[in-house]
Amino acid sequence: MLAPGLPHFLIVGAVLFAFGTYTVVTRTNAVGILMGVELILNAANVNFVAFNRFNPSPLLTGQVFSIFVIVLAAAEAAVALAIVLAIFMTAKTIDATQADTLKE
Amino acid sequence: MADTLQKPSRHAEVLVGVVLLVVVVAFVFWIFVKEVLPGLAPVATQGAELARPSDLLFYVIAAVSIVSGAGVAFSRSIIYAALSLLGALLGIGALFIFLSADYVAVSQLLIYIGGVLVLILFAVMLTSKIGDKSHTNPSIGVLPGIGLTVALIAVLGYVATRTPWISNPNAPNPAQTARTIGDVFLKEYLLPFEVSSLVLLATLIGAVVVARKEIKE
Repeated sequence: MLAPGLPHFLIVGAVLFAFGTYTVVTRTNAVGILMGVELILNAANVNFVAFNRFNPSPLLTGQVFSIFVIVLAAAEAAVALAIVLAIFMTAKTIDATQADTLKE
Repeated sequence: MADTLQKPSRHAEVLVGVVLLVVVVAFVFWIFVKEVLPGLAPVATQGAELARPSDLLFYVIAAVSIVSGAGVAFSRSIIYAALSLLGALLGIGALFIFLSADYVAVSQLLIYIGGVLVLILFAVMLTSKIGDKSHTNPSIGVLPGIGLTVALIAVLGYVATRTPWISNPNAPNPAQTARTIGDVFLKEYLLPFEVSSLVLLATLIGAVVVARKEIKE
């Protein structure tokens, strides 16, 4: 059994990032695309925290940066879901390939 | 998969996708055997000689988060994808605890699972019927998507295992993460901290303005 080192965490982050990219690329549901973005941001967070653990800095730079990422992801999710609801109210669909008009 | 709308270019697209997939899988297999496995070998000798229970726990947590991430990517129903996202976020939070980042783990639990995921579930309930199956984006099919995924995993795995990272596996755990983070937020990172509070305020107002129903007189 291998003791987990930095590459193990980076590989977990890489796999999650790839799944997030697949979600963003193939889904047409706007909420599904948003889930893929959240997965990508989380994969980046895993890398930040792993680098911080194996290269300790007195300021905990990696953890602080990942907290900023979490804050921005929450803000992004709130605005994106508001936009999704607005699109759903006007276009009656959240299919990202159908919503292609700026005004009804 | 019987599509009612059969375009003549459909077969060519599938053929290109299959060829791309085969090439990429062969490439990945080659890289995995030649590069990734020897890259992981020195890591085994760096750590403790014997397997500790925490090592096994890491693999369990990593498997949970990766399988849940695959569920987000590949499940047909959007509600199953949202529930898989719950598993992925929980697994990643557990990885944070494993990396002795307890404050980040608690933030993940509170903000992502308590906030973002509930918001996503609300949006799913409000906008789509439960029985809706996901349609694949017509401009990128499933096969090129899988090819892209496999290529990304291959390249990033290659980089992660073959780069001589400056890493100290026996680095001491930070003693007081919450206290240190609070200190640096009010000293070194004061400006980003204030800017992020402005961003949150703008988000609050913006979400309300965008999502409200317009009352037409």
